[in-house]
Amino acid sequence: MNSSIMTIIIVLCEAVRRGTPLLLGTTGEILNEKSGSLNLGVEGTMAVGAITGALLGLATSNLFLALLGAFVGGMFCGLIYAFLTITLKANQNVTGLAITIFGSGLCLFIGETLKDTKKFPSYTSEFYSEITGGGIPVLKDIPYIGQLLFSYNALVYIAILIALVVWIYITKTKSGLRMRASGENPASADSVGINVDAERYKNIVVGSGIMGLGGVYMALFINNGLWNTDWINGYGWIAVALVIFANWSSARAIGGSYVFGFLLALKSRMPSLASAFPSVLSWSTAIPTELFDALPFIVTMLVLIFSSIKKRKNSGAPTGLGLNYFREER
Amino acid sequence: MSNIVEIRNLTKTFGEVVANNKVRLDLRQGEILALLGENGSGKTTLMNMLSGIYQPDSGEISINGTKVSIHSPEEAKKLGIGMVHQHFKLIDTLTAADNIWMGAEKKEPFLLKTKFAYADSLYPYEGLDDSSSLRRQKLKRFKVKTKLCFSALNYKIVQFFRTAFLNRSRFEKINKVAHDFGFDLDSRKLVCDMAVSEKQTCEIIKVLFYGAKILILDEPTAVLTTQEIQKLFSTMRKMKERGCSIIIITHKLNEVLEISDRVTIMRKGEYITTVDTKDANEQLLTELMVGEKIELHIDRPRTDFDRPLLEIRDLTVKNDEGSVAIDNMSFYIRGGEMLGVAGISGCGQKELCEAIAGLRKIESGEINHKGQSLIGLPPKKIIDMGVSMSFIPEDRLGMGLAPSMSITDNMMLKTYSEGKFNPFVNRKKARNKAKQLISELNIVTPSTETPVRRLSGGNVQKVLVGREIESSPNVIITAYPVRGLDINSSYAIYDILNEQKKNGVGILFVGEDLDVMLALCDKIMVICHGKLMGVVHAEKATKEQLGLMMTGALDLHVENDKQYGIAKDSNITEEAQND
Repeated sequence: MNSSIMTIIIVLCEAVRRGTPLLLGTTGEILNEKSGSLNLGVEGTMAVGAITGALLGLATSNLFLALLGAFVGGMFCGLIYAFLTITLKANQNVTGLAITIFGSGLCLFIGETLKDTKKFPSYTSEFYSEITGGGIPVLKDIPYIGQLLFSYNALVYIAILIALVVWIYITKTKSGLRMRASGENPASADSVGINVDAERYKNIVVGSGIMGLGGVYMALFINNGLWNTDWINGYGWIAVALVIFANWSSARAIGGSYVFGFLLALKSRMPSLASAFPSVLSWSTAIPTELFDALPFIVTMLVLIFSSIKKRKNSGAPTGLGLNYFREER
Repeated sequence: MSNIVEIRNLTKTFGEVVANNKVRLDLRQGEILALLGENGSGKTTLMNMLSGIYQPDSGEISINGTKVSIHSPEEAKKLGIGMVHQHFKLIDTLTAADNIWMGAEKKEPFLLKTKFAYADSLYPYEGLDDSSSLRRQKLKRFKVKTKLCFSALNYKIVQFFRTAFLNRSRFEKINKVAHDFGFDLDSRKLVCDMAVSEKQTCEIIKVLFYGAKILILDEPTAVLTTQEIQKLFSTMRKMKERGCSIIIITHKLNEVLEISDRVTIMRKGEYITTVDTKDANEQLLTELMVGEKIELHIDRPRTDFDRPLLEIRDLTVKNDEGSVAIDNMSFYIRGGEMLGVAGISGCGQKELCEAIAGLRKIESGEINHKGQSLIGLPPKKIIDMGVSMSFIPEDRLGMGLAPSMSITDNMMLKTYSEGKFNPFVNRKKARNKAKQLISELNIVTPSTETPVRRLSGGNVQKVLVGREIESSPNVIITAYPVRGLDINSSYAIYDILNEQKKNGVGILFVGEDLDVMLALCDKIMVICHGKLMGVVHAEKATKEQLGLMMTGALDLHVENDKQYGIAKDSNITEEAQND
């Protein structure tokens, strides 16, 4: 019995671990979309955050600087996106896809170039223990609960904190109101003297920085900092769908991310679950593992289908989403 | 009286279209100025430049005698200019309070510098010669200034927590401001749940809340009922007494004469003249506006009514939200007859039109055209059966036309399927039709290939009406065909409709101006919240009677014993007898 509880806890922990990059990506994307920009460059922004964060971690062996580097890398991508779509009025979808291709390509280029040099990716042992260990001292030693709630690295808690702060910012503050207005109806916002372009720039850049944190999480905590040509592995796209799943609320995104994290965790953890509960889950051994790979994407598709069938009246989707604003347009 | 706004030689072009050409305008302190002009004469463009939405190409604007250049709505707001746009600039998903609150001034500054200067004046150095008392004075000053710095910091922090978060008190604050100005507003209500007049009130409170002294109202009366217009006018007079200067744009001459002090007239993007309202009359204003003498008389040609063309029996239709929009309604339209539909906006007019045109599902009831049921047929089939219905949606750009396509292309939207085996479209024919339309209806456009969205509102409307009549239908359903149109274009459209009527076409005319409907229609059907209130003969009816029926106070429907809305020589009853 004990061992089966442990198995469940391990699976749930894995769900939280895999859900965290999704949460960061989703929170960043919510900031983008609520201010009116459908940024499809999440995947690329995360990739840039991953590579800048990993490189800085390698150079300084300091986790905080690695996170900062990832944040700045993400902001850099956001700045490109904002400049193209706001200042130059480029199409948002095309620009987003371009950012995805650019970011993934940049990450791959740097990673592959450095792969053969002995230095990459060989972190100092302190840094390595820092990224593989973690958890809140004392509390994490509580049986069961300690492992379930307090055993994670700092970024897991930071991600939750960011999501909650973003939620308060959007729903409870005055500058959040201005940002929502810019996303809902930029012409209205403009007519009362809100600087729509500035609002959008601000939120795209900060949101993209948060996505960058999600990227470095993928690199350092999911892949343990080991080079892999597929560091982001489609998580960015799941984040785009999660925004709809969470109905544009970053508080709801916390739960949604862990649900998707659970789906992602099933691939590696299903065999141990099956052996822990042979009577219930023995059938799962017959399912090819590739299907578990596809599972989050299948669910993503289902979410998109259901959310477009069931049009909620109180949908959080901003009306001006995906539309560039040009004051003199008639 | 001094001029609060002076506009000189203002020019603005959109591509090849010259919207404003060396326009001038004077607004005096505390007056109501009406801005009058036909569609596309550049009134809205001019006002948009005054409120910082458009940038002028050349020319100058002075406020209170100082030259200004207004680069954004924010700068206009700081100059005390507030504009209520024709299409409301409100965010549907937010409450009234939040719509106002989002543009409220950020915070009051602490004014540390002035306080420092005050401290300096409290402890002067002058007259203190010996070093010890000077040192003491310096110390005193330093102490006070440190205290001030701390209290500034404290103030900043308190201000941050007070203003950064959305406080519940904002609802009361907005309610109070609204009450002070004599308005009734529920600031907690979502804008999407508001009626049109409430939205307008919200817009006006918004600009007043920002401290506007110069109010611009762009066609505020177009969407209001007679009572609401009177209420708006009394509010405007009150604003005037408080020292506000108001510019109002409207097409309705009687309103201009009633509310304004002076009238500025524009024609084709140019300034014509300004007259005092007390010296003006409708005839004079029309002539100045159009540039020539025109007859201000709506014709009602008599025709021999045919058998009923379109018969509606016990029709029930639901709206998008799933509640009943048209409730058990019966009526008929004869050939050569114009049936007006009067009602407060949003009382099911849209749903009724859509149901007849085959665009909306019908819950129960019958729609018969010459005895043939139209229910369940796709719109294209309805047109192909020779039952052409010309449907002019309320939202002319949204549903009737493709905004980014040219007039020619929009002409083809209804005729593209002509010639079944020809894969190519006949652009030449469509272009000729477009040219014909432009000359017949005096559409102001650079060419037939200009995207429709570049045209002004009235010209867009003309393209739509013209195209619908082009397909020579025998029943025309038209909703608000003259909404936002100037006199000349409106009369052009009345003439077109009358022409069709003489040819035996049955017309369902959903309108808003009761005077026009009483003069133009043969019969007027009044609906109130989806219920039929009765059908009256336009010759015998009065405006007051219609007004009572529109609000549901007078229901002819119940008073009569006979079944309402069923013709004696109905095609349906005959068929039933034959069976």
